[in-house]
Amino acid sequence: MKEYLKNTWQAIYTVLVGMKITFKHLFTPAVTIQYPDVKVPLPERVRNRLYVNIDDCIGCDQCSRACPVSCIDIETVKALPGEDLGVTSNGKKKALWVTKFTIDFAKCCYCQLCVFPCPTDCIFMTNVYEFSEYDRRNLIYNFSNLTEEEAAEKKANYEKFLAEKEAQKAAASKTKE
Amino acid sequence: MYQLLYNFTGDVIISTIVVALIPLTIILIYALFAIWLERKVSAHMQDRLGPMRTGWHGWLQTIADMIKMIQKEDTIAAEADKKLFNIAPVLVFTGSFAAYAAIPFSSALIGSEIEVGLFYIVAISSLVVVGILMAGWASNNKYSLLGAMRSAAQIVSYEIPTALVVLTMVMYTGTFSLTKISEMQTPYFWNWNILGGPEFGITKFLLIPFMIVAASIMFISTLAEVNRTPFDIPEAESELVAGYFTEYSGMKWGMFMLAEYANMLAVSAVVSILFFGGYQSPFGYLGNLLNIKWLIPFEQIFWFLLKGLILVFVQMWLRWTLPRLRVDQLMTVCWKYLIPYAVVNLIFVGIISLL
Repeated sequence: MKEYLKNTWQAIYTVLVGMKITFKHLFTPAVTIQYPDVKVPLPERVRNRLYVNIDDCIGCDQCSRACPVSCIDIETVKALPGEDLGVTSNGKKKALWVTKFTIDFAKCCYCQLCVFPCPTDCIFMTNVYEFSEYDRRNLIYNFSNLTEEEAAEKKANYEKFLAEKEAQKAAASKTKE
Repeated sequence: MYQLLYNFTGDVIISTIVVALIPLTIILIYALFAIWLERKVSAHMQDRLGPMRTGWHGWLQTIADMIKMIQKEDTIAAEADKKLFNIAPVLVFTGSFAAYAAIPFSSALIGSEIEVGLFYIVAISSLVVVGILMAGWASNNKYSLLGAMRSAAQIVSYEIPTALVVLTMVMYTGTFSLTKISEMQTPYFWNWNILGGPEFGITKFLLIPFMIVAASIMFISTLAEVNRTPFDIPEAESELVAGYFTEYSGMKWGMFMLAEYANMLAVSAVVSILFFGGYQSPFGYLGNLLNIKWLIPFEQIFWFLLKGLILVFVQMWLRWTLPRLRVDQLMTVCWKYLIPYAVVNLIFVGIISLL
């Protein structure tokens, strides 16, 4: 009998205690952030979308080789001996035309492993995270600043140069005989 | 109300239809408001915000949900019993809606002035059980069937404490009619039944604890009748998917939801009429003060809806405070705790009212 009354009292008391707590929480300010109007401030060294400063890129291919998911695709063409490509911001002379530099952000895992090997610090992570697209092909970003025709032209020049060298070598060996 | 309209239009059919439509519009508008209120209250109790983008603080969210619901495909399982499946939501909603016929919204706005209002309400609410059993069986889904069986057991068992408390109040006030019970509790809150009733004397003060016990027993058992947490095993959202209305989509599901909210208001209204004075204001009427007699029914509607809404808010508050009871715990609470307390209460109130 005593157990019965104790049960009843406990039931009523605990329900009322619970209700008091919930009521108090009714007036605590909410912790929700209304996203599109208010954004969470990000830390300084956060890892989001990559950016490549193509003027500084020397085409060394280190970032592409470091990438664990092979999302960076680089193609370079050797410059002819007379051509002047300019210098990078820390004084290195560039010797390669970077004809193709694409990063596929659908594959990128944002691990920052490509940033460290770069000798000129031209690839780095920004804090941009709102870049979704409707089509997966729109996520393949192209960073090279040579157009198709220019790239083809550079390649053609190089091939011609190589062919000329071959022809010269052939002519030289022929005259030797 | 019917009399007024009949005198106004002189036509039986039109006045009947208008009288039937008034509680329907009240239920629809109230359900719109109550669903929004539930989402906001539950959100703030959980330290979050709830719907914020549709309209000012999300008040259009219910309308958006309704539009979504109406344009959904009406799926019926291939093996399901089509006739029963289609009729079940109608029965459940009718059971809830029919209870509004006997509830007085104010002294002028009553659906039907029948002498046995309370008896009628308790009886017609049992129609909901039939609807639920039909829904569970016709879904051809063993989980729905389990949910429906548990729900039927729960509603039928909790009818008993409800009936016992109703019996207590009928014994004390001497009448079944809800209008008379509201009128007996005059518009001053110290005369309400929860504080002992209108007759001043030693019995009034002796009755107070028993009235409080009776009110809480009735509140708890009507909470179980409408399948609301902590008694929502039939529609346990995390256990039986949605219990007996798992297989329903679109408008039929909407009928079940509407029926649940309509039921909540109906039982809050009955509890407030029996114990808290129904449509009477706690401080006397402004109409009496300013001598504008036609203002009184409007004030009464306001107080009635306010009391109903406060009790509905308490029901929502309990939903987000308490965990769900297991089926055997549910039955224990009903048969081993509520019924003995209700019977003992009945005996004591009987003895005291003899004094």
